[in-house]
Amino acid sequence: MINVEDLRVTFHLPRRTVEAVRGVSFTVEPGECVAIVGESGSGKSVTARSLVGLAGPGARVDATRLEVDGQDARRFAPRDWRRLRGGFAGLVLQDALVSLDPLRTVGAEIGEVLRVHGQGSRLSRTKQVHRLLTEVHVPEPERRAKQYPHQLSGGLRQRALIASALAGGPKLLIADEPTTALDATVQAQILTLLAERRAAGETLLLISHDLAVVSRLADRILVMKDGRLVESGPSRVLLTGADHPYTRELIAAATGRRRARTAQPGPEPVVIAEAAALRKVYGDRTVVRDVGLSIRHGEIVGLVGESGSGKTTVAQLLFGLVEPTSGSVTFEGARFSGVPERARRPLRRKLQFIAQDPLSAFDPRWTVRRIVAEALPRGATVTPLLERVGLGEDVLDRYPRQLSGGQRQRVAIARALAPRPSLIICDEPVSALDVSVQAQVLDLLAEIRERDGTALLFISHDLGVIRDLADRVLVMHDGRVVEEGDVAAVFDRPGHEYTRKLLDAVPKLEVPA
Amino acid sequence: MTRAILRRVGAGVLVLWAAATAAYLALLAAPGDTVDAIIGDGADSPLIRSQIIQEWHLDRPAVVQYVDFLARAVQGDLGRSYLLQRPVAEVIGGQLGPTLQLAATAAGFGIVLALVLAVVARRPWVRRLSSTTELVLVSTPPFLIGIVLLSLFSFRLGWFPVSGAQGAAALVLPAITMGLPIAGTLAQVLRDGLDRALDEPFAVTARARGLRESAVLVRHALKHALLPTVTMLGWSFGVLIGGTVIIEQVFGRPGLGQVTVQAVNASDLPVVLAVVILAAAVFVVVNTLTDLAYLVIDPRLRRS
Repeated sequence: MINVEDLRVTFHLPRRTVEAVRGVSFTVEPGECVAIVGESGSGKSVTARSLVGLAGPGARVDATRLEVDGQDARRFAPRDWRRLRGGFAGLVLQDALVSLDPLRTVGAEIGEVLRVHGQGSRLSRTKQVHRLLTEVHVPEPERRAKQYPHQLSGGLRQRALIASALAGGPKLLIADEPTTALDATVQAQILTLLAERRAAGETLLLISHDLAVVSRLADRILVMKDGRLVESGPSRVLLTGADHPYTRELIAAATGRRRARTAQPGPEPVVIAEAAALRKVYGDRTVVRDVGLSIRHGEIVGLVGESGSGKTTVAQLLFGLVEPTSGSVTFEGARFSGVPERARRPLRRKLQFIAQDPLSAFDPRWTVRRIVAEALPRGATVTPLLERVGLGEDVLDRYPRQLSGGQRQRVAIARALAPRPSLIICDEPVSALDVSVQAQVLDLLAEIRERDGTALLFISHDLGVIRDLADRVLVMHDGRVVEEGDVAAVFDRPGHEYTRKLLDAVPKLEVPA
Repeated sequence: MTRAILRRVGAGVLVLWAAATAAYLALLAAPGDTVDAIIGDGADSPLIRSQIIQEWHLDRPAVVQYVDFLARAVQGDLGRSYLLQRPVAEVIGGQLGPTLQLAATAAGFGIVLALVLAVVARRPWVRRLSSTTELVLVSTPPFLIGIVLLSLFSFRLGWFPVSGAQGAAALVLPAITMGLPIAGTLAQVLRDGLDRALDEPFAVTARARGLRESAVLVRHALKHALLPTVTMLGWSFGVLIGGTVIIEQVFGRPGLGQVTVQAVNASDLPVVLAVVILAAAVFVVVNTLTDLAYLVIDPRLRRS
């Protein structure tokens, strides 16, 4: 169905050329599920998109063989590609909120494929759209078809996107990170849907950064790094006996590991921050209901929940960015809520924050030196602090844009550490990072706690990360803390039904028999 | 949705009220007696003075004067020009037609030209050429464009009349003069919006459905690019109204611009006040329409 030999994709940009794919060969047979796994910049997406002629603007695609649907695609004119797109191959991208046109109804988006390929009249197309939505298990298809993407939940949106890719009845479904933007339970549902398509005989090409996500579905796995294939083979072989160290690293990241903890909290741990009976109401929506928590010196507390569970609001309440409707926050023994900002300001240095995407948390026109120096007492030097977070002097005069994701997050950590805080609130600090970089940043955070006794409130939707790092965990659902306790206890013997559901939904590395 | 519309219309009414009040206060603050200010350079006689006192209720308490002024303004009664010996509404009403005609034609021409420049001219070198031209158009003062067009097409070639507002031919040059800078601005914003939209993931999805590039542009990207363009268009309408003052002078056209210039020169305060209120009304209407156009274009804004 697909036969590629020595595929090379080069981007000729105004000032430089980027070799995104450097000689990749693979095949996809009918009815098979092939997965390409790699981190950002590995060339996996470009490889997949080259198969439908959408490598991107300024891309030059070369190959000794590029067979798509039995035809030599190297000599394709634009109209040949167009016939193939939607008809032979459907493409599902990451986030349906931006991958479906936000200004058009879901039904119009799905119907467009039918219209382009000249299928049916307007009326029969509406029926087809409803049938397709039903096929991907969207309830009330008639109503949903008339809605806009932002009016649907993340899961329904993604299903609608898949329906639009399936509309042309393609032989091949290319899914590029189809579940990355989704919560764990929704991700599990979408993976089930894809498994269903596969069982029905659909050929799948899956692209993902997460081995665990594809392990359940893929017959064969290709591992890409820096535009090259480092390893490939049947899933079973690859997952049990990987040769390449990079593949082993990805497997380790997907299985998760537990960090050894040496420093235990002292005999009488000091409570640094405490929240009691927190409640926050916006209009007629209660987003936080009766949340209480305390964080002790040197403790890492994980706060887990899906999007909309209220975990970010809790962080904002603790941080004093938002006033609680009722309840109180105490920090370092002083009242921190319901007081004027003037009263909070002297304590601010002791309470720091690390955001998910540091790129938007830095002034883009400031160098690393200036970013970190601003947080330090006057006259203190930046270099030792950068060394602490594993960065050299070479980054001092660079701008945030010129750093990699991991380096940026290290700068964010250095900035947070600069005023010697007693508590750092981290909101999804590793969610935007590649798995191998994630591990390094988590190691760094664990080490900081060990050495300085800095307490961390670690907010994440990723249970694996929490399990890796936290001592205690709070599970939030619908604005409430539904379960709380020692990480090992909660993960091994979840008491609440929701926690169990959450744990079950986490994709595990499954080795097919 | 209904609430969002009502809120915007309500805000518009509020702005109008503020503009009318500001105009009224300006009248009170004018140097000398209010009666003197209203007479301006017009004929002065005890009879006219008593007429003015009666019309503006200057013998009644200030509150009554103000409320009566508002009440009359709401009914479209903008007072009387004692200089021209005619009701203000009539003075303005007679000149509104040519100005609206000019503004609408200029805006229409600007929009069409902008669409052509941004949507059709997308090949790299055409794009560079049109982008440079737009920049020149935006930075040239309109009266200069007007003079160049006049000397070329009217004086030398004799294709269009030199002045007046007789027939469609007289509309061509002034409309082009005012439309060109608008086209330049709109085209820049539109092109930028299209480029951004074409880079979005939904454009990739649309291409992956087998759409032609032109269909991706028209069916998907254009609507996204319209959002900032509509804002720009609302703003350029304000520029249009201000621009007529100069353009009507250059082309010797009758219209609101001429009326304004004459009224200011002759200190005909009732007419000046009416022009201020009318200009505010145009702004309010245009901005409200812009906001409502947003709601039509972007469903995400329809919430709350």
